[in-house]
Amino acid sequence: MNMQDVTGFPLELAGNDMPMVSFRQVHKAYGPLVVLDDLDLDVAPGEMVSIIGPSGSGKTTVLRMLMTLEQINGGCIYVDGKPLTHMPRNGDLVPANQRHLRKRRADIGMCFQHFNLFPHMTALENCMEGPVQVLGLSKAEARDRSEELLEMVGMIEKKDQHPSRLSGGQQQRVAIARALAMRPKVMLFDEVTSALDPEVIGEVTNVIRKLVSEHNLTMLMVTHQMGFARDISDRVCFFFGGKIEEQGPPAELFGNPQKERTRQFLSAVREAV
Amino acid sequence: MFQWRWEFAWEITPRLIQATGNTLIAAGAGYAIAVVLGLALALAQRSPYRPLTFAVREFVEFIRSTPLILQIFFVFYVGPQIGVRLSPWTSGMIAIGLHYACYLSEVYRGGIESVPKGQWEAATALNMTTLQKYRRVIIPQAIPPALAGMGNYLVGIFKDTPMLSVIGVAELIHTANAIGSEHYRFLEPYTMVGVIFLAISLPAAGLIRLFEGYVRRKLGL
Repeated sequence: MNMQDVTGFPLELAGNDMPMVSFRQVHKAYGPLVVLDDLDLDVAPGEMVSIIGPSGSGKTTVLRMLMTLEQINGGCIYVDGKPLTHMPRNGDLVPANQRHLRKRRADIGMCFQHFNLFPHMTALENCMEGPVQVLGLSKAEARDRSEELLEMVGMIEKKDQHPSRLSGGQQQRVAIARALAMRPKVMLFDEVTSALDPEVIGEVTNVIRKLVSEHNLTMLMVTHQMGFARDISDRVCFFFGGKIEEQGPPAELFGNPQKERTRQFLSAVREAV
Repeated sequence: MFQWRWEFAWEITPRLIQATGNTLIAAGAGYAIAVVLGLALALAQRSPYRPLTFAVREFVEFIRSTPLILQIFFVFYVGPQIGVRLSPWTSGMIAIGLHYACYLSEVYRGGIESVPKGQWEAATALNMTTLQKYRRVIIPQAIPPALAGMGNYLVGIFKDTPMLSVIGVAELIHTANAIGSEHYRFLEPYTMVGVIFLAISLPAAGLIRLFEGYVRRKLGL
């Protein structure tokens, strides 16, 4: 809604240091409430960026805009060098239409806080759905790909179960396999452990750890698990009031935060644990 | 005078059985139209194209706020005046199918709205088209909660088929009327029609509930 044509933004990004994801002066507001205030954020190919911050700081909105679940009100988002929220027309960028969104969205996969598996399909069918329906793979190909991924997340034994028969941790692992089956270049994790019982959080974080060490995916993760973010991130962004208040390598941001608000947030979080 | 005569009842049974067949065909065909058209109306009301949404919503409101019998008369008697000449059966199926499609569209709408937002978002994240989202994700989940309502209207349409007698469709009431005026006896035909309706409606409601459970299990819900 009320997304304008943007001028002064490049039609394409290029160069050796081209980021995989680039937010350029991205603005998002719900009525008078500003959620993101001219956000600039670049994520390099293969980089794992964690987003932390108090609730209402706009961190989940960052992922939802990137997944095109929310429209932006200003600025532009690029993925793999090409504009996502806009498309070129007559040398200018205009708001993307559905067709453009569908083309560009193929680079992005997302896992949700509440898993959002399709309840009427088994774990395997959930994973095969996108490859068969959207990518047009044969059932045999999709099955091979899905079984391989379910194996990777440790869910192959449960492949014929419906989500209602799986625990939260198991459902989330299937959801990760489902997203990976689309072979995205960028993976988004939106508080994927927040709805889980403490004792099963490890099985999900271990899968993400494995992804970080074995695959060259670009990842953005919104999380409340500071220890996990510290372990696996290349960079941590602390969001406050719709802006990145502070960012840096996890050792620096957690070990020696520069901003007062970062210090306050981190000490509040530590006390809560 | 009000004496039940078994031999008369026996004599008119074949005609009533035939009329029962017609009633079931009318209800079945009308319902088939309503099920398909109702879904189309429900989806049209969710279209991003505003004029279509508005037109369909007003149309549904209009049909739901006027009597079925008027709609039947309208299709059958007003149709020929504007050059659309239809048989009683065709007019009846159109009128009753359309009428119930409007009610069913509301049932579908409730079912579709009961699907959590996260399901739409997951389907978007898999880059599905709108058609794929509805066909593969949303409608399969919208049907089970809609089944109870759909079942009620199946029984409802069955009980409304007597309205078609006014334009000469030879269903149960029409046949019972004919028998009555031929023999000057109404007790047997009307009683028997009542029993036939009861004998079909009651088990139907139970069967619908069983079917609902079956569908839920089949979908793993």
